[in-house]
Amino acid sequence: MAHVAFFAIAAIAVASALGLILRPNAIHGALFLVVNLGSVAALYLTLGAEFLAAAQVIVYAGAIMVLFVFAIMVLIPGKEETGPDPRRGARLVAVPVGALLLLLLVIAVGGRWSGPRGPAGPSGSAGAVGRLLFTNYLFPFELTSVLLLAAMVGVLLLARRRA
Amino acid sequence: MLIDLGIAFGRVAFVMLFVLNVAALLGWVERKQSAIMQDRIGANRASIFGFRVLGLFHPLADTLKMLTKEDFRPARADRLLFDLAPAVSVFFALVAFASIPFGDTLRVAGRVVPLQAVTLNVGVLYVLAMLSLGVYGVMMAGWSSANNYALLGGQRAAALMISAEIAIGASIMGVVMIHGSLNLMDIVRGQGYLLWGWVPAWGIITQPLAFILFVTAGIAATKRIPFDMPEGESEIIGYFVEYSGMKFGMFLMTDMVETIVLAGLSTSLFLGGWQIPYLFAEGFHFPWGAGIALPPLLVTLLQVSAFVGKVAAVIFVLMLIRWTLPRFRYDQAMRLGWLGLFPLAIANIVLTGLVLAAWGNR
Repeated sequence: MAHVAFFAIAAIAVASALGLILRPNAIHGALFLVVNLGSVAALYLTLGAEFLAAAQVIVYAGAIMVLFVFAIMVLIPGKEETGPDPRRGARLVAVPVGALLLLLLVIAVGGRWSGPRGPAGPSGSAGAVGRLLFTNYLFPFELTSVLLLAAMVGVLLLARRRA
Repeated sequence: MLIDLGIAFGRVAFVMLFVLNVAALLGWVERKQSAIMQDRIGANRASIFGFRVLGLFHPLADTLKMLTKEDFRPARADRLLFDLAPAVSVFFALVAFASIPFGDTLRVAGRVVPLQAVTLNVGVLYVLAMLSLGVYGVMMAGWSSANNYALLGGQRAAALMISAEIAIGASIMGVVMIHGSLNLMDIVRGQGYLLWGWVPAWGIITQPLAFILFVTAGIAATKRIPFDMPEGESEIIGYFVEYSGMKFGMFLMTDMVETIVLAGLSTSLFLGGWQIPYLFAEGFHFPWGAGIALPPLLVTLLQVSAFVGKVAAVIFVLMLIRWTLPRFRYDQAMRLGWLGLFPLAIANIVLTGLVLAAWGNR
């Protein structure tokens, strides 16, 4: 049962990731990424990490990607308006770089993969995640908050100059 | 195995039929309630064999009309997204109700069944996640119509819904802090506790500010009057301007279903969910010492009816608001969301934290 669920969800994740890369339409690509984020959240659910799954959907699919789609809709024109891609040459570099990334991933993850696993205990609850964030991972957590604050101040500065 | 499957099916079927039927009824309720408020008679012409039954057949007639209308699609529309948008919109509204409990546990064939469609430890976050995904239906509709007015309507809707959902998330946090759980069933159970021995600890009593913020932001998230500037049926053009027939009907239905979800969520978080004051698992225990023993099945039945009644009452109030207030201007709504609701919700979180820290754990 766990295997069926894993492979079904993984197939959706891979297919939507391919859709993201292969669709020429930016909106379609962004929506494929939303499907991809959702299926990764479903994988978290099969591992018993309910909080992480919900956070993934709310933060990435529900907030960040909405802004992406928003920006694409307003700022990026359709193909008929832009004409052919001016940087076609960059695609030649993309293939070897992508292959290198794939190789790295295979080396890093491939050796340890031993099939889908069940829930890893009660560690997926909101309380456990929160405790980890404020103990073991306090430094990266605080660093992230400083980063977000810097981004916010930057946005305020840019918005004020415009007005 | 078979019994377990049957129980799971029953739980899901109850919630789904409840939401779908109430959504269908809401069209009628809305017409009749507005008619009474404005001293009119309201829709009463649809009849079957001469029976009119207060116009109750109008939702049926509306549905038949929408199903048989021409399904128009603009020539330059993005076919896939145009067809998918109403389905996405209504789907996420429908599934959002799944983790809202409509009763305590029920014993069936030796099993203790929690009365909610899905038992989730992060039930509150689940409802928020589903509501936040509903934005995509609106944005897809606006963009795929190949109509600039629809695109702008979609943008307005998305911006409004995001600002409302952030305020909703922040206003709920106070309730979550009090009960120390994201599970809606735990939150409803916690509201059965009596403050000073006689006041039920409903969220509206322990978190009055959060309740007002939540309902205000919730109405904005459902895009209904006074926050209906994304749609503006009569004068500004909204994101579903190119839709006709049942696809348009699905957008209307989304608003109805979201209203029900909002009512269910505010009932669970602030109005004690299925709790009846002084009703416990064995019957009533009044603070003055009297008590009435009741069989468990009757208690469950009372609890489920209490939940349904509370949801109906909240919907009634939401409709009252809808037919009372004029529409906000777009910038006013955005300012209310970001400069009014959100900072107040954050202040509520800080205040709740201070009170909890001073009072100890409850």
